Amino acid sequence: MGHLRLVCLAMLMCVASLSHAVTPEEVLSNPQQEARARALSSQFRCLVCQNESIDESDASLAKDIRTIIRKDIVAGKSDAEITRFLVARYGDFVLLKPPLDRATLLLWGAPALIVLLAALFMWQARRQQRGEPEAPPLDAAEEAALARLMRPE
Amino acid sequence: MIVEAGHFALVLALALAITQTLVPLAGTLGGDRQLAQAAPSIAISQFIFVALAYGALTYAHVVSDFSVRNVYENSYSKMPLIYKITGVWGNHEGSMLLWVLILATFGAAVAAFSRHLPRDLRANVIAMQGLLGTAFLLFILLASNPFLRLSPAPAQGQELNPILQDPGLAIHPPLLYLGYVGFSVTFAYAAAALISGRIDPVWARFVRPWTLVAWIFLTLGIAMGSYWAYYSLGWGGFWFWDPVENASLMPWLAGTALLHSVCVMEKRDALKVWTIFLAVLTFSLSLLGTFLVRSGVLTSVHAFAVDPRRGVFILAILLFFIGGSLALFAWRASALKPGGIFAPVSREGGLVLNNLLLTATCATVVIGTLYPLALQALTGEKITVGPPFFNLCIAPFALVLVLAMPFGPLLAWKRGDLLAVAQRLMAAAVLGLAAAVIFAATRGGPVIAPVGVGLAVWLIVGSFIDLYERSIKRSSGFASALARSRGIPRSVWGANLAHLGFGVTLLGLAATGWGVERVINIKPATTYALGPWQVSFDHVSKQAGPNYRETFTHMTVSDGSGVVAVVRPSIRYFAARQMDKTEAGIKTLDLGQVYISIANEKADGSLDARLYWKPLVSLIWLGALVMAFGGLLSLSDVRLRLGFARRAAPKALKAAG
Repeated sequence: MGHLRLVCLAMLMCVASLSHAVTPEEVLSNPQQEARARALSSQFRCLVCQNESIDESDASLAKDIRTIIRKDIVAGKSDAEITRFLVARYGDFVLLKPPLDRATLLLWGAPALIVLLAALFMWQARRQQRGEPEAPPLDAAEEAALARLMRPE
Repeated sequence: MIVEAGHFALVLALALAITQTLVPLAGTLGGDRQLAQAAPSIAISQFIFVALAYGALTYAHVVSDFSVRNVYENSYSKMPLIYKITGVWGNHEGSMLLWVLILATFGAAVAAFSRHLPRDLRANVIAMQGLLGTAFLLFILLASNPFLRLSPAPAQGQELNPILQDPGLAIHPPLLYLGYVGFSVTFAYAAAALISGRIDPVWARFVRPWTLVAWIFLTLGIAMGSYWAYYSLGWGGFWFWDPVENASLMPWLAGTALLHSVCVMEKRDALKVWTIFLAVLTFSLSLLGTFLVRSGVLTSVHAFAVDPRRGVFILAILLFFIGGSLALFAWRASALKPGGIFAPVSREGGLVLNNLLLTATCATVVIGTLYPLALQALTGEKITVGPPFFNLCIAPFALVLVLAMPFGPLLAWKRGDLLAVAQRLMAAAVLGLAAAVIFAATRGGPVIAPVGVGLAVWLIVGSFIDLYERSIKRSSGFASALARSRGIPRSVWGANLAHLGFGVTLLGLAATGWGVERVINIKPATTYALGPWQVSFDHVSKQAGPNYRETFTHMTVSDGSGVVAVVRPSIRYFAARQMDKTEAGIKTLDLGQVYISIANEKADGSLDARLYWKPLVSLIWLGALVMAFGGLLSLSDVRLRLGFARRAAPKALKAAG
């Protein structure tokens, strides 16, 4: 439902300015550093938009964070340091990939857990299927009925 | 007056929906033939009244009757006619009415096209459709009424959000809803089977066309939504793992699994309980999607708490149907006898693996989407689950799925030979590997790109193997190959084409790794390099649209030898809402696209622009079209076989007598 996302965007005024997320002034002259900045910005959410990374967002807050990231990269900070700084400032909420901790254990464990459960379920179903006799043998009355049916008229 | 008539028609539709639920059920449960036989005509009349109501609302929008609140809030007298009509579903109330209209349409279609269905099954299915209609008509009338009046009537409307004034709005929501709501038929069939406690391959044969129809529409709807986002957001993103998108992906994944398990049931009478469960699950996820999108719970848990009326109502509907059907399932599923037995390595086994992977993917998407909501509601802790999570968790499932996909259709029923199939797939494996190695060596880029290309080639070539062996390999010349390929059942063509389409989409996705992006300030009469192309910025022109002013930026794209295309990205200014909207300039060249979007002109005549070269990007959506076409081929086959079964039945009876 792309259109609803568009509506949400419009409502949150993320398109109020037509700055198109990253603007030419923001772009770093060193292409390696710029690539790092882009990759890193796509890991943080825009805090005022719905489910947009700061790399995609036009909101001014996102622009501020993009600028912080680029300044830090030029200053020689590592990705981990920058991430730590942003998490300290905005909390885990800013991370598009939630960290693995007590609160998210179930989230990260879910895919493996589902496969495990499904495998267990299938194994169980198969065992049941094996345990079942193909068909009970015919009793005397059924044998007689069959013989009657098979007899040529 | 017409608006009141529409309102009244909706009330009558509710009364008919209640009748549609109670009368057929009374007929089948009480053994009264005549009551059961009344079901189809009630369903058709309910459809007529919902259609009348919908027509009345459309009329109010078309004539710009601003005394209707819904029209005032979402329309504008100077809007082009097409957006006045599509604006009907470009808002909450109207889109719910479209939802119910499509539900009633499917109810009427079941009534009209299922004459050969066993009488009780048909009555029960129609009754279930009636129950769904009752719930949603109640919702519309009590909490989401589009026919409310305003007094005094305003002179002018607030206009449809400019972002929605786009052909995308005309196509995407109806397609998506046809998909969502189409699964209500499958759901109704499952519920009817549970009520009667009888389910057999005949049931599967009746369910399969409806599942296919819904699946085709949902596939097209999702693809269309993705393309709409792609061309209108201004930077060419096409999938965001947004909760609203996930809401449409969840039923698609479950529905795809259902499509495959119905096959097993139809051919081999196995996986009955599982198929019923999937049918219930798929539509439940459609309902969940409707709840997520329509209740406002996604914006924030707080927004939901502030105006909870609609949200709670839909939640109640959701719980009633999901809970009710699961309870029915738990109560009656044991009565369904398991059928055909098969070895793990067999066509059935392959389809079970398919189901396992698709439902696991689906469950991951569901959990990823709902987890932040649940966590916040339970502990108050706020987290975000975004694209990096989904990409990481879905990738392993997708990888196994793609590797296994070509095997499925080549395995024999009951007991298959994996080694023999692997040998038949050798060509696909070799070509896939070769493609990956060649692209990695020549193009470089991120590792995932050549790997993706290799997988796509494996899947595309693999989908041809079955068709090739059935036609060309066994024949001496072109004519006999043609004759043989005509003899291949259309469902086989359809299945292989659908798999092929998925490979085509995968190829487009992989190629995004080689995209070129330039974020630059451009000046008139200057040329910029963009991948294999040269883009020059010529001049700017202005033009007046019906309800906006548009500023075009004229650009030409050339290769070494000359101009190959003209691209005109623009900005539209909508005075009524004082809003700008960018229109990206897009040109398809060799299946890839040059994509340019611009910001407002600066004082010195330069402007900030984003220029993209996206190689093979159009394949992402062309692949979806191929998948849908495969579904359509399969559907035409199913209908033929239905007809055949009908004609053959009396003969078989005679022979037995």
